Amino acid sequence: MNNNVKSVREPLFHISKRGDVSLKRQILTRVIAVAAGLILGSIVCTIAYGSSPFDFLYYLVEGNFKPFDNFWEMIKKTALLLMIGLALIPAFKMKYWNLGGNGQILMGGLITIICMINLGDTVPDGVVWMIMLLAAMLVGAIWAVIPALFKAFFKTNETLFTLMMNYIAVGLVAYAIKKIGGKESTGTIGVVQSGQLPELGHSVVLILIFAIIITLFITFYIKSSKHGYEVSLVGDSENTARYGGINVKKTIIRTLILSGAICGIVGFLLAGSINHTIVTEETMANSGFTAFTAIIVVWIAHNNPLATIGVSFGVIFINNGMMRVQSSLSITEKTVPDMIIGIMYLIIIACEFFITFRIKFNKKKNETIKTVEEVK
Amino acid sequence: MEKQIAIELKNICKYFPGKVVANKNVNLTLYKGEILSLLGENGSGKTTLMNMISGIYFPDEGQIFINGEEAVIRSPKDAYNYKIGMIHQHFKLVDVFSAAENIVLGVKEAGRFSKKKIAMRVREIAERYGFDIDPKKRIHEMSVSEKQTVEIIKVLYRGADILILDEPTAVLTPQEIEKLFAVLRKMREDGKSIIIITHKLNEVMEISDRVSILRKGEYIGTVETSKTNPKQLTEMMVGKKTDLKIERVKTDFEKPLLEIRDIVIDKDDGSRAIDDVSFYIRGGEILGVAGVAGCGQKELCEAIAGLRPIKSGLVMHKGENIIGLPPKKIIEKGVSMSFIPEDRLGMGLAPSFSITDNMIIKNYGEGKGPFVNRKAARAHAKALIEKLEIVTPSTETPVRRLSGGNVQKVLVGREIEAGPNVIITAYPVRGLDINSSYLIYDILNDQKKKGTGILFIGEDLDVMLALCDKIMVICHGKNMGVVHAEKTTKEELGLMMTGALDLTEEKKDKNFGIAKDSNLTEEEWQEMEEETNNENHGKESKGNE
Repeated sequence: MNNNVKSVREPLFHISKRGDVSLKRQILTRVIAVAAGLILGSIVCTIAYGSSPFDFLYYLVEGNFKPFDNFWEMIKKTALLLMIGLALIPAFKMKYWNLGGNGQILMGGLITIICMINLGDTVPDGVVWMIMLLAAMLVGAIWAVIPALFKAFFKTNETLFTLMMNYIAVGLVAYAIKKIGGKESTGTIGVVQSGQLPELGHSVVLILIFAIIITLFITFYIKSSKHGYEVSLVGDSENTARYGGINVKKTIIRTLILSGAICGIVGFLLAGSINHTIVTEETMANSGFTAFTAIIVVWIAHNNPLATIGVSFGVIFINNGMMRVQSSLSITEKTVPDMIIGIMYLIIIACEFFITFRIKFNKKKNETIKTVEEVK
Repeated sequence: MEKQIAIELKNICKYFPGKVVANKNVNLTLYKGEILSLLGENGSGKTTLMNMISGIYFPDEGQIFINGEEAVIRSPKDAYNYKIGMIHQHFKLVDVFSAAENIVLGVKEAGRFSKKKIAMRVREIAERYGFDIDPKKRIHEMSVSEKQTVEIIKVLYRGADILILDEPTAVLTPQEIEKLFAVLRKMREDGKSIIIITHKLNEVMEISDRVSILRKGEYIGTVETSKTNPKQLTEMMVGKKTDLKIERVKTDFEKPLLEIRDIVIDKDDGSRAIDDVSFYIRGGEILGVAGVAGCGQKELCEAIAGLRPIKSGLVMHKGENIIGLPPKKIIEKGVSMSFIPEDRLGMGLAPSFSITDNMIIKNYGEGKGPFVNRKAARAHAKALIEKLEIVTPSTETPVRRLSGGNVQKVLVGREIEAGPNVIITAYPVRGLDINSSYLIYDILNDQKKKGTGILFIGEDLDVMLALCDKIMVICHGKNMGVVHAEKTTKEELGLMMTGALDLTEEKKDKNFGIAKDSNLTEEEWQEMEEETNNENHGKESKGNE
């Protein structure tokens, strides 16, 4: 055909977008990514500490199952992380970046503790529990709706606003702790004995019940309800939503009340059922994660409530397992384990690229391909 | 005469996700010093093909030869090195920069950066081809045609010998189109090669030397313009014989459905969009609105649909004031608005929603219970896909994956299916191919027969002259007069669009835009006007407190 090929510079590859990717392929790609993450993690661990690569994988799994209490611990943390993720989904679907999960949880926890201290001994348990739950939902909702009101009416940026609400919540909790502790306050409240939530056989049961209810609720809310439709429409195209007769302000406010109320429930469970106290430094001091982790989880799960279950589980699994890896291999510093966790996250997030795009290596020359076909 | 080849495409293929074939085995030859029209329906792969020449896409298969040598074009920069420049449908200019600054943007030149030198070169190019341009003027102060001029000069400044224009006439007035064509002819004389994409057959016949036709991504053939006619071209494009006549259905006009008096609307930036305009639409009538881009059409649509506040004036629907009602109430009254913006998705559709979900944007709330009825929506979507021949893999495909024409069919189809009594439609055939356009005209005519009042905001004057009963012309937000489509000419409309002819001034006694058989008596109108004025006053004084 053409002999003048010396000036031709073919690019090595080009990237094109895939169309509809089958669910099977999506799952397969993600499984491969998780496996690749684990293998790479073990390699890094081997290089850094000279342990056998199988040790790393073994401890990672063992940390989640041995002793058996660890398993319940893992389920509990997964459920908590899942609930925070579910709280964020409606807001994120609306492209409202609620970064104030921590503050909303903290405020929910604070009001729960206050209820426990003040009402725990005077009012029947059942009534206290109901008051605690409702109060936590209300306060969480208030904390979330303040920035939402400003967003709806004055178009303020919600990312900074919700973020700052976290600091105000921390300050409020610090103040409350001092008040409760009185003059000789040490800066902490001890375990509050009154008004604790029931165990129901195991501390995980109550958490699981809430997690299941909230998962079902959010799944149907987002996928099939009229409210969910409005939320998605406002997120996808505000102009079209207005055009369709949706009251955008109302939708923003209503959705953030929901988001905040669920965060409030998480605070209620943390304070009333797990910690029985409240601290300022980190929302979930004993849990090893924050509402910011939940943001990553929801992002990886593409705002899909059911996928959030799996991602929450994966995140907690890796975190718990790494603790065991650390203790078993007598690793004292935190940097390399953090790095390994980071690598695993990164690979899982990066696999989304391969789900959306296809990398196509250019064939050397069209002629050679043709000859092959001709031979056939 | 020996003709030299500027560009030759051989067996170009391009595939898009979802097994979409955008181009398949396309062969195309462009000679030096000729104007080639590229013709094809929506989604026939014209723009994709041109994007491959200008370095935005990379072909999956096939070769491009420039001046006889095989070329690999990986980026717009590569394209410039091959002296290829493309003027896109949506201008790629920096609004706050001046014309000259936009023109030199990204050009690496030896020596000191000198504004004087640049301005001189810009003027030189402008003079050579007969452009009208002020290099110091900023883009945001320019009209659409001025912006286009900047785009063309930008390409010429970079030394392009091959120019590709993607639907350059879509947004211009007839006078501006004439000017553009004069410039293109001068370029041809100068030895430049030009590819022009357009849907308007009369323009193809007027400007081009040869016409190449694509259908569904495949190359159909090339004919010499002098040896063909619009009918043959349409047949090649569509693949079957079609009738090119737009029908103007005769109906018995009914009483005015929508009456608008002395309406004043502001733009987002606070400047006036529509200034003291009155008009009315009868049932069974199509009223066309002509005007250059940005003369207030969009604001007018939004205001009637209740999406934009009205400063003053009255909007009466069947004798009832609808100003101040929420959009939902106006929809319920049967006033439907479909505005097709340049990007087609801006208002009316949710891009990442499926066709099914887009069906129910206005009525998802119907039915009892907290859940959305998707079953009915899916059936509705299916029916629409069949009726309007929408090309889509399924009812669950997000509309942003559909090609522009199909997106439009979804929107216009949904609006009309809802059975409104007033249809306000802006650019319903914007960028649509002939087949789909006629489908839309047919739908509108059907509605007209049913007694629906239609406000048709269009850009193609030929179409408006054939389809509409009356045409109102707006220039800078002012009504220039309402004319009978049968009695007017393109030239007259063009003059009115640019403000050179103002019928309201010339024939003051005619009372343009006020119906004689109004639903209200003049006294009632005055009463209404006073009432709303008082309300407005009340609001303002409240605001001041």
